Amino acid sequence: MNNQLYLSSSPHIHSGETTDKIMRLVIYALVPAVLVSLYSFGLPALIVILICTIGCVVFEALANKAMKRSCTIKDGSAALTGILLALNLPPTSPWWLALLGAAIAILIGKQVYGGLGSNPFNPALVARVVLLISFPVQMTAWTAPAILSTRLDGISMATPLGLAKEGVMLTGQLPEIVHTGLLDFFLGNSAGSLGEMSAIALLLGGLFLLFKKVISWHTPVAYILTVVIFSGIFWLVDPTKYPSPLFHLFTGGLMLGAFFMATDMVTTPVTGRGMLIFGFGCGILTVLIRLFGGYPEGVSFAILLMNAATPLIDRYTRPKIYGQMAPQKA
Amino acid sequence: MFTSILCLGGIGLIASLTLGFAAKKFAVEVDPREAAIMDALPGANCGACGQAGCSGYAKAVAEGRLAPNLCTPGGSSTLEAIAAILGIEASAAEPVVAVVKCQGDNEKAMPKYQYLGLTDCNAAQKIADGPKACPGGCLGLGSCERICPFDAIHINDKGLAVVDRNKCTGCGKCVSVCPRGVISLAPKSVTTHVLCNSHDKGALVRKYCQVGCIGCMICKKTVPEGYVIENFLASVVYEKPEGIETAIGKCPMKCIHDYATPAQKTAVEPDSAA
Amino acid sequence: MSLKTFAGGLHPPDSKSYSEHKAIEACPLPEELVIPAMQHIGAPAEICVGKGDLVKKGTVIANAKGFVSVPIHASTSGEVIAVEPRMHPSGKLLPAVVIKPDGEDAWDESLKGGNPDDLDAEALKKKILACGIVGLGGATFPAHVKLSPPADKKIDTLILNGVECEPYLTADHRLMLEESERLIDGINILRKVLGIERAVIGIESNKPDAIAKLGKECIAHKIEVVPLEVKYPQGAEKQLIDAVTGRQVPSGCLPMDAGVVVQNVGTAAAVSDAIRLGHPLVERIATVTGPGIKEPKNLKIAVGTPLQHLVDQCGGLVGEPGKIIMGGPMMGQTQLSLEAPAIRGTSGLLIFRKEDIDTREAGPCIRCGRCVSVCPIHLQPTLLAAYARLDLIDEAESANALDCIECGCCTYICPATLPLVQSIRYAKGGIMAKRRKS
Repeated sequence: MNNQLYLSSSPHIHSGETTDKIMRLVIYALVPAVLVSLYSFGLPALIVILICTIGCVVFEALANKAMKRSCTIKDGSAALTGILLALNLPPTSPWWLALLGAAIAILIGKQVYGGLGSNPFNPALVARVVLLISFPVQMTAWTAPAILSTRLDGISMATPLGLAKEGVMLTGQLPEIVHTGLLDFFLGNSAGSLGEMSAIALLLGGLFLLFKKVISWHTPVAYILTVVIFSGIFWLVDPTKYPSPLFHLFTGGLMLGAFFMATDMVTTPVTGRGMLIFGFGCGILTVLIRLFGGYPEGVSFAILLMNAATPLIDRYTRPKIYGQMAPQKA
Repeated sequence: MFTSILCLGGIGLIASLTLGFAAKKFAVEVDPREAAIMDALPGANCGACGQAGCSGYAKAVAEGRLAPNLCTPGGSSTLEAIAAILGIEASAAEPVVAVVKCQGDNEKAMPKYQYLGLTDCNAAQKIADGPKACPGGCLGLGSCERICPFDAIHINDKGLAVVDRNKCTGCGKCVSVCPRGVISLAPKSVTTHVLCNSHDKGALVRKYCQVGCIGCMICKKTVPEGYVIENFLASVVYEKPEGIETAIGKCPMKCIHDYATPAQKTAVEPDSAA
Repeated sequence: MSLKTFAGGLHPPDSKSYSEHKAIEACPLPEELVIPAMQHIGAPAEICVGKGDLVKKGTVIANAKGFVSVPIHASTSGEVIAVEPRMHPSGKLLPAVVIKPDGEDAWDESLKGGNPDDLDAEALKKKILACGIVGLGGATFPAHVKLSPPADKKIDTLILNGVECEPYLTADHRLMLEESERLIDGINILRKVLGIERAVIGIESNKPDAIAKLGKECIAHKIEVVPLEVKYPQGAEKQLIDAVTGRQVPSGCLPMDAGVVVQNVGTAAAVSDAIRLGHPLVERIATVTGPGIKEPKNLKIAVGTPLQHLVDQCGGLVGEPGKIIMGGPMMGQTQLSLEAPAIRGTSGLLIFRKEDIDTREAGPCIRCGRCVSVCPIHLQPTLLAAYARLDLIDEAESANALDCIECGCCTYICPATLPLVQSIRYAKGGIMAKRRKS
């Protein structure tokens, strides 16, 4: 008797697509944004990225050990969370802030729910928001990127969104830079967290993910279109008070959010229709928070809020199954 | 400052009054005995009594629809408590525990094939009748472990289900989930069991298992009253447990095991099973 | 030009190059034929011969039992040397008739063919039942049942399934190329049985030679040949109906509810033999292929030929076998050994080497939604699998678990390598058990 044969339920072939591969491709897609941040902010950026990434991986391993689960650091999800977290932090973040962020992301954002696949909220965003609320000073200490500054330690400078909000609050009008700085914002010549200042680098990575079919177009397209249209309405109403859609597109974390955060598979809907609704919700919330909220930037909050709505969206976007719309013309 | 204290205090007051009013107004009449019985039950919702959960059983007992001795997990203490609540006399059924009648772990029993797929005994059983060559042996994929409400049955590191007799309440969930019928309930007082579930002839059993019953009758010859052999498989007569342990050492396949002395090297240790 | 197809599905590598250009070869008879009584969906046939009986090729050895059942015939002339439980492709020991061939391979003289024009629909149907014709695509559903729609179901289209969407398999492809006359004759008979005009052959566009050949030959018979996009599971009955006619079979219903009857091309060819020659279904074409086979071939085999014999005909094994699969890689059944016989539903024998087997452990679901997007029924496989894991049978039922056709797309694409189909099957089993109870 040959008892070494494998028997299993069908099917007996596999596409070769694996979780590790997906995570790896997303990490590759973040390379341009990481490079821009290194170029712009130099060594401090590198330190933040390293602390976050290594921190996340180490915390993941520790959590696995503590909960007696098999080690899951090889799937790359912890490293990805680390990189995303780093890109969400200011370049001047002290080491303890980055490390704390990594701990929050992995332990509170992910492992307490049961690890990969079970967390309701995007771990990197959970960490960012917790840090933002707990350490508002450190989390909003922006510096100008190297191109604009001759000194390596950087000069402090507000983010474009911060400038816009401040301008409207103080004078009731948008500052000049909102209208003239678009190209700089697009390329990344503005202050901001590590990964959000260069829209073009993020766009490149996002297109790579779309091309590789890692993510589907639904979420980013719905998100970005909604932001453009919704902010466009306000802009048409009063261009002196409300910034243009392009300004919204190229500043803050929108690109990072639309391509890398709102497409996180675990915490977003599974169906195409669900993703469209998810993207639409993110877009509306982002614009509302940016224009009328207490914080200048709303991407993180918008995505987290929509994360919470994901089970609901999934429930109401169950695809219509084959045969339930049978046209009976036979 | 004062305003806010007033506001919050006011909200709290209104809310508490509403709640208190609602609790009185919409209170559901419950037989007080039902609540008392509910408290006496273990609350594991295991379903051993045949009801969906403990509250269903408590209601049924209070209404006199079911006998008070159906809660095996609760045992005699629960029965006494319920009897006291209802003011009746009740005799406890003898406590039972689950027994896994198999010792054929990964080292001692041959596989039929290498199984790939869902970690679930019932799913594996659907593929060519399960991955173990023995038709009755434990598959070790843990369906019993997952269904046990009392954390009393586990798959050991060699892929065999083992019952924790102290934790097991005899609810029988594992018995009904096992696709191979390898688990059965037995009186807790009987500690000696034939741990095999294969009805195949001895020659065939020897081919696939080092510790399978071959139906050689030696145990029956040693203790004629205590054992029966059916379809080449010996088992203990629970009603006549006197002296059955004397056959343990005589079994050539070492498949009789006494749970009273767990340290005893019957067949639990791999080296004794040559 | 965009080709017709259905929504969902995917493109596994078709791996047909192993055998697609190999002409059909007749497989010599083995030492003994093992013919199980259980070869079709429905009630197994009742064995009506005993040890020592002499049978001819085509002699009935087991009678149909009930409406959804067909008789089974001896695949060659010889002596019945045993009637006993033997290894069945399902991995169980099931009753079978073992025949030792006498080498004559002589047909039973009582079998008479005839001209289909002389017979009415009812007589044709009877003959199809008597010859034990079942769906040869793999599901082995008795053909006469499909051809007997209740009076209130109006059928207007006959679809011939020449899709062969399972990777590796090429038996239907070769049949369309080499035996198109039998096929077309069978289609004409089926049209007569159903009393309809419209007949369509659906063929995936990766078989351009078959499309060209049949396209030319079918014009005279007014049979449409529809090229379809290459996509799995295009050959699944409901998906094929959707692709060809744009109609959908209502959930929980049969193709006849959409006014369609679907038959495999091999079945149509067998119908021709049954009517013209009176020959029962005792042989079929099967593809013996895969990286574990030395010389992949398309063989015409006698029903009951042990798999080992097929492997021997193809030059033996390459390397150590890892998985032996009866049928295609997406829906085939793994075998315990090469001991089981090929039966009427055996469209292929696929052998993977040990090194071809993916033994990775399943990871957690990352909710990527790929299973949802490829499901041709538009179910949510990951949700159903979660219900199955938690034994939430009622929830699985309301999420339409029973509509799953077990095509395997979800498991194929799952990056966490979760056995989704197996989980859904488990849930389906639970639902059926619950229904039986109530």
